[in-house]
Amino acid sequence: MKEPRVSVIDAFARRHRLRAVEFLPWVLAVGAFFVFPDYLALGAQVLATILFGLSADLVLGYAGIVTLGHAAFYGMGAYTAGYLAAHGVGDPLVGLLAAAAMGAVVGALSGFVILRTQGLSILMLTLVVCVMLQEAANKMTSVTGGADGLQGMQVGPVLGLFRFDIYGRTAYWYCLVVLFIGWAAARMIVHSPFGRSLTGIRENVTRMHAIGSPVFLRTLTIYTISAAMAGVAGALIAETTQLVALNVLSVDLSGTILVMIILGGVGRLYGAFVGVPLYMIAQDRFSEIDPVYWYFWIGLLLVLVVSFARGGVLGIADALMRRIARRR
Amino acid sequence: MNGAAQTGQAALETRALCKSFGALTVANDIDFRLARGARHALIGPNGAGKTSFVNLVTGAIEPSSGHILLGGAEVTHLSQAQRVRRGLARTFQINQLFRGLTVLENVTLAVGERHGVAGTLFRPAGARRPIIEEAYALLEQLGIAEEALRPVREVAYGRQRLVEIAVALGLKPNVLFLDEPAAGVPSGESGTIIEVIERLPAELALLIIEHDMDLVFRLARRITVLVQGTVLIEGTPQEIAADPRVREVYLGERAHS
Repeated sequence: MKEPRVSVIDAFARRHRLRAVEFLPWVLAVGAFFVFPDYLALGAQVLATILFGLSADLVLGYAGIVTLGHAAFYGMGAYTAGYLAAHGVGDPLVGLLAAAAMGAVVGALSGFVILRTQGLSILMLTLVVCVMLQEAANKMTSVTGGADGLQGMQVGPVLGLFRFDIYGRTAYWYCLVVLFIGWAAARMIVHSPFGRSLTGIRENVTRMHAIGSPVFLRTLTIYTISAAMAGVAGALIAETTQLVALNVLSVDLSGTILVMIILGGVGRLYGAFVGVPLYMIAQDRFSEIDPVYWYFWIGLLLVLVVSFARGGVLGIADALMRRIARRR
Repeated sequence: MNGAAQTGQAALETRALCKSFGALTVANDIDFRLARGARHALIGPNGAGKTSFVNLVTGAIEPSSGHILLGGAEVTHLSQAQRVRRGLARTFQINQLFRGLTVLENVTLAVGERHGVAGTLFRPAGARRPIIEEAYALLEQLGIAEEALRPVREVAYGRQRLVEIAVALGLKPNVLFLDEPAAGVPSGESGTIIEVIERLPAELALLIIEHDMDLVFRLARRITVLVQGTVLIEGTPQEIAADPRVREVYLGERAHS
C-alpha cells in the first residue's frame, strides 16, 4: 500500500486525465451523421453553436465573468467570414482564421476597458458593446448589407477538396472537426495552471489578489481567447448557411447562449454539449406542439433548472452518479 | 538619515503613512517598524484603523501620503501582486478561501503563483508535481493533510482558519500579516491555531492583528496600540499592560463591557 501522501497527490494529479466518458460526445456526433442523414444541416448548426457555448463557458463558467454581450464576438466573426466570402476570399479556413483574429481584437480591446470593472458594471458594459456593434452593423449597409443581411457569399470548398453540398454532409464534418479542435484547446486551457487560476478568480477574486495573481491580465487573456473562439463559431455558421444577418450581433443571442449553457451546466466544459442540443431540440419540439407560446416552456425549463438544479443537466447527472456510487 | 542602519534590518517599515477618506482619517502619520523575525501584535479598539493599515501596507488601498518599505525597498506605489512577490503575505479576518476547491488546491494555487507557473497554458496543472508536493507538505506542517482532497466548504471552520494560514504560507513570505487568526473559532480549538503560529519559522516577521488579549500576550513580544488611526504607544507586552492610557482606551473598555 502506498503511503497516504503519495496516494493523495496521485489522486489530485489524476483529475486532469482524459476520462472515457469524455469520448461520448464525439461518438454520438459521428453516430448522428449516419443515423440522421436528413438533419445534417441542423446538426452542423448545433455543432457550431456548441462551439459558441463552449467559448461563453470559458468566460462565465471558469473566470466567472458574467457577460450579456458574447454575441458581439460571434457576430463580428460571422460578418468577417461573410464579408471575405462575398468579396472573393471564399476559402473557408481563411475565413475562420480571419474571424478568430477579428474576435480576438474586438475581445482584447473591449475587455481592456470592461474587465477593469466588476459585477453589474461588467454585465452592462458587455451588453453595451454588443448593442453598439449591432447598431454600427445596421448603419454600415455598404459593408454588412444592413437590415437586408449580407448578400452574395461565395464559399469555396474546404481545403480546396470538399464542396459544401445541399445535404449538409461537408458542413457537418467541417463543423465537427473545428469543434473538436476548439474543445481540445478549451480542455487544455481549463486544466492548465492558468485555467485553475481562472477558477480561483471565480471562487474568490480578493484572495487571488492577495496571493499575487495578476488578475486583470488573466481575465483579459481568457476573454480574448474566448472571443476568438466565438468568432470562429460565428464564421462556421456564416459559411455553412451562407447567410449573415443582424441577429448574429444581438443581445438576444447573447442571452440565448447563456440559457443554453446554464441548462447544460456552467463551468463544466461539457455544459454546451448538453445544453445546446437540448435547447435546440426543445425549441423544435415545443414550437411544434405550441407554436405561439413555445418560448414559455423554454422559460419554465430554465426556471426549474435554476431553482432546483444549479449545476444544470450535468449537475443532476453528477448527483445521480454520486448517489449510485454511495449505494455500492 | 538616522533610519539608514535600522532600515537595513527592518522587514517592513512605514514612514508618516497617512490615509483619509474625505473627513475620516484612518491612518494618521503612522511610523511603524517590523523587525526581521518579529512577533509583533497590532491592537486597538474597533474602528482604530487596524484593517485599513493592513490594506494600505498590502496595497489594497493607496495611501494619501507617506512611504512603505519592504526589506528596505520602497513599495509604496507597487501593486498588491508585486508586493506579494517581494515577500509580503496576509491572511484575512473573515476567511477568503476558494470554497468550492479542495484544500490542497487552495494551497497549490498560491504555491503555483509564487513559482510563476500559474499563468502557463500548455501542461495540465496535475503535471506540476513539485508544486503539489510543496503544497501538501504545508498541509502536513499545519496538521490538516487528511483534509487535502475535501472541498474547503465542507471543512470545519476551525480547520478552515488553518487553510487560511496555509495559503499565505504557500507564498513563502518574509512578512506575514495574520488578521485575527482565531476569529470565529471556538475557544477550545484556538489552541491549535496558536500552536501553529508558534511553530512558524523564526526568520518570518509576523504581525498579528488581534482582539483576543490572551492570544496577543501569548504570542507577541512587541505590541503596537492603534487608536483613531494614530499609534498610541508601542512596547513590550508588560509595558502595554501597565500603561494607563492603554487601559483607558482599550483594556478598560473591555473591562467595562
